[in-house]
Amino acid sequence: MTLTLAEVEHIAQLARLHLSEEEKIRFREQLSAILDYAARLQQVDTRDIPPTSSVLPPRSRLREDEPRPALPQQVILANAPFPYQGYFRVPPVLE
Amino acid sequence: MDDRLTLTVRQALQSLQNGSLSSEELTRAYIEQIERLESKIHAFITLTAEKALEDARRADARRIAAHRHPDETLPSLLGLPIAVKDLLTVAGVRCTCGSRILENYVPPFTATAVQRLVDAGVVIVGKTNTDEFAMGSSTENSAYGATFNPWDTGRVPGGSSGGSAAAVAARMVPAALGTDTGGSVRQPAAFCGVTGIKPTYGRVSRYGLVAYGSSLDTAGVLAHSAEDAAILFWPMAGFDPLDATTVEQPPSVWHTPESETLKGLRIGVPKEYFLPGMQPEVEEKVRAAIRMLAELGGKVHEISLPHTEYALPVYYLIAPAEASANLARYDGVRFGYRASADTLGELFNLSRSRGFGAEVKRRIMLGTYALSAGYYEAYYGQAQKVRTLIRRDFEEAFQQVDIIATPVTPTTAFRVGEHRDDPLAMYLEDVFTLPTNLAGVPGLAFPVGFDRQGLPVGMQIMASHFREDLLFSVAYHYQQHTDWHRRLPPLL
Repeated sequence: MTLTLAEVEHIAQLARLHLSEEEKIRFREQLSAILDYAARLQQVDTRDIPPTSSVLPPRSRLREDEPRPALPQQVILANAPFPYQGYFRVPPVLE
Repeated sequence: MDDRLTLTVRQALQSLQNGSLSSEELTRAYIEQIERLESKIHAFITLTAEKALEDARRADARRIAAHRHPDETLPSLLGLPIAVKDLLTVAGVRCTCGSRILENYVPPFTATAVQRLVDAGVVIVGKTNTDEFAMGSSTENSAYGATFNPWDTGRVPGGSSGGSAAAVAARMVPAALGTDTGGSVRQPAAFCGVTGIKPTYGRVSRYGLVAYGSSLDTAGVLAHSAEDAAILFWPMAGFDPLDATTVEQPPSVWHTPESETLKGLRIGVPKEYFLPGMQPEVEEKVRAAIRMLAELGGKVHEISLPHTEYALPVYYLIAPAEASANLARYDGVRFGYRASADTLGELFNLSRSRGFGAEVKRRIMLGTYALSAGYYEAYYGQAQKVRTLIRRDFEEAFQQVDIIATPVTPTTAFRVGEHRDDPLAMYLEDVFTLPTNLAGVPGLAFPVGFDRQGLPVGMQIMASHFREDLLFSVAYHYQQHTDWHRRLPPLL
């Protein structure tokens, strides 16, 4: 199976990646080869087989609903590339 | 070489306890070893030598103060230097995950696995190199340059915990923490001739382990022997309110086995793990090690794990799918690299494209495709069903046997650059280690010999959920009768 360049571009858009023309060509080949390899899974009979949702027996545990201190705003913003008056600043979303 | 660098963890702790060695002396000896060899090995991304020496002096002061208060119990690992893979956070120390996108990220919190060892008294000398976001099997995919194998610096140390494995092998630290999503502790342990434990999923908290494949990620230990790994492992384990998938599961301590033999141990050897294409010496050494376990009292059973051949395609759909969701958080807004852009969409696209390396982009693309409308059932859905069959293989096997013994890798360490342009060939390196992650069972890798080129060969043993104790005991017995784990790379 070979992906088309349009499919590669569509996946990149979903993944929020900007790819160069050279990357598109390379990923097209490499992803196609990996998907070809993965195609062998289609041979496996999985009728009546449930998908794995957890490798351990399912259990649920509720924690006590007790307030705990959170990290201070300043500490969180210390890693922000462009903080502004206590906010994360981004380019305009709407004109 | 400095004698202090070949002490086992147990010996080092004894010397610290009886006062014949201070933590400052021990830590300094290791830092000097790092300074001596780092230009050849490149095991670290960030060194915290100053802080380590301060912590070591504080540990020494605490031990001396305790002489006046004989009732006070000191933490069990007080003053022991270790290294931490740069995928586990240490508050105040930059955590890059081997990625440019986190080049300047300084986490405000410490991973639970690390915090528990800090509480037990360890001194952290630095953060070790890793394939970017743990995606790789060679530690070549790091934005900070490759790590080299101490046994042959023209070869890779394995990955993604290659920095930790190389640091332990080169006696730069007595032990180091790693993470294992598809073999990232065990494969580098095998390539570097050290012992590495990948725990049961849920045994060790993932809080502060930067997420790659959340249903597969585990944090483990690399050290010189099963005993050393066990000493560090148990304090890390247990329920953590900050990770809802953790489980409290007794017994949470391991004692050096009293019995001299492995009498009654049922050892399963799956035929699917001995492939025609593998390096003959690997099979030879692993079979010899299995014979030795039999001589020590074990009974060998030929078994079958019939869905083994599907583990690789299952893993390379599930792990990238989970990665594509986990890595959506790197958007240039709250932390990490940010590209300058005029619109928000462009900000996301450019920050991610420039911040991520090729392998990370490849897996994000693959995972996005596997989860996308129209393909979800055929790829991701089918992979999760086949995963159930792989888990059942293990459940059935562990009704007949106590442990399963296999090679860790089909070959010994490959050359730097050998798989550079062929991602699928690189993925095939993980063929024997992926199934344990898919089934959530624990695995331990340890050295069982050397090939003709002097490169270490590793064996993997696996057990049912929460039976790490059994893995430590079996490897401990083997290591009582062999000295592969004590050999030193010629470079030293």
